[in-house]
Amino acid sequence: MSGKVLVQSRINGEDIAFLCDPRQSLLEVLRETLGLTGAKEGCNNGNCGACNVIMDGVLVNSCLVLAVEAEGCAITTIEGIAGPQGLHPLQQAFLEHAALQCGICTPGFIVSAKALLDRNPAPSEEEVRHWLAGNLCRCTGYDKIVRAVLAAADVMNEDAGMSVRAGQDQQVGW
Amino acid sequence: MQEFAYVRPRSVAEAITLLEQEEACVLSGGTDLLVQLREGRRRARVVVDIKFVPEVSTLRFDPERGLEIGAATPCWRIAGDPVVSRIYPGLVDAVGLVGGVQIQGRATVGGNLCNASPAGDTIPALIVHEAACVIAGPNGWRELPVEQFCTGPGRNALERGELLVSLRLPSPPAGFGAGYLRFIPRNEMDIAVVGAGAAVVLDESREHIERARVALGAVAPTPIAVAEAAAFLAGRAPTAENLSEAASIASRAARPISDMRGTAAQRTHLAGVLTRRTLERAVERATGRGV
Repeated sequence: MSGKVLVQSRINGEDIAFLCDPRQSLLEVLRETLGLTGAKEGCNNGNCGACNVIMDGVLVNSCLVLAVEAEGCAITTIEGIAGPQGLHPLQQAFLEHAALQCGICTPGFIVSAKALLDRNPAPSEEEVRHWLAGNLCRCTGYDKIVRAVLAAADVMNEDAGMSVRAGQDQQVGW
Repeated sequence: MQEFAYVRPRSVAEAITLLEQEEACVLSGGTDLLVQLREGRRRARVVVDIKFVPEVSTLRFDPERGLEIGAATPCWRIAGDPVVSRIYPGLVDAVGLVGGVQIQGRATVGGNLCNASPAGDTIPALIVHEAACVIAGPNGWRELPVEQFCTGPGRNALERGELLVSLRLPSPPAGFGAGYLRFIPRNEMDIAVVGAGAAVVLDESREHIERARVALGAVAPTPIAVAEAAAFLAGRAPTAENLSEAASIASRAARPISDMRGTAAQRTHLAGVLTRRTLERAVERATGRGV
């Protein structure tokens, strides 16, 4: 009764047009129409954060956005996080700190952490934990994830010649 | 998810015409609506995305006229606004508790209010900040005090074709302080077992409360204003005894049910504890000692 709608968005820096039903979520279209399967469907109701993407600079659950709402928006998915030089420092830190086990939640965590570091390049441990409260992980117990995010922030700040965390307690965990 | 049409009105008048249709639903942040549609708890033939109506997406503060929050303004814009954070601390307490960061990226205060959950965190905060609902409909515009907006769990005062356009919060006078607190068994990401909002206006000497507002969430079919507690505080000193007495009055005004989140007895107790703590926070802020 409602027909397909043509939507134009900028996804991971590329202008993309797609057709969708008004009832389809952005997550559904990313995965099933555009083949961007990094964002995961966990709960499909906004509790788990596995589908998180950055939409016009704002972190959102892509399961709670209609694909038609993406018209004219810039969207970054996990596929757009790595640069031409290779892995993003967050991705590298997740590997080095073994911040994942089964991996289902990882794309959501990395996208969330990217949104945090874009806004706050030197977060405290508490700020990291607070920011990531909407991402669920059933394997790691979160400590390694928090450690990886803080380590990535340090690497990025060193690369940028900053020492914003100097003087802060960098001990994390128990 | 069920099939529906999606429309993007650009004016209040256009939105109202669309909302007069059978099974038309307002889409604001979508964090409640999309879940309800997916679970079949609501039916929609047409989804009306109001975010492109200018009056509905505004966030404007004027010292004379106060704060105007467009109904589709997402939580992050309110919490991230330094002026709003300073002048409306009770609202900002509550907005920061609505889901996690990614929910706050989409969810709106207008949506939280229209969803009319008894436990909606922003509603007691809006009540203590004396918010008025600005409503447009087929028969014109009207204003309604926010404490009259929710009529039952999931039900609100909007008639068919009506749209909540914005919320108007008056500019607080000197000596004003407010806060919102809730109890949840976890640290984050939960639904209030009880929520309490409070606001006070202290006189020039800062030794007496000129007037106060107290509101509770999750202890009745709708969030409630506790006028008896406010009346007790008016003219009294903000002492520990007086704040405790106001808290007892609030506790007695609670009419909670027992459910999976807590028993009626626990909620009645919590209503008192949270009212006292929120009043203390409001008084601290009013005297410039609070954060």
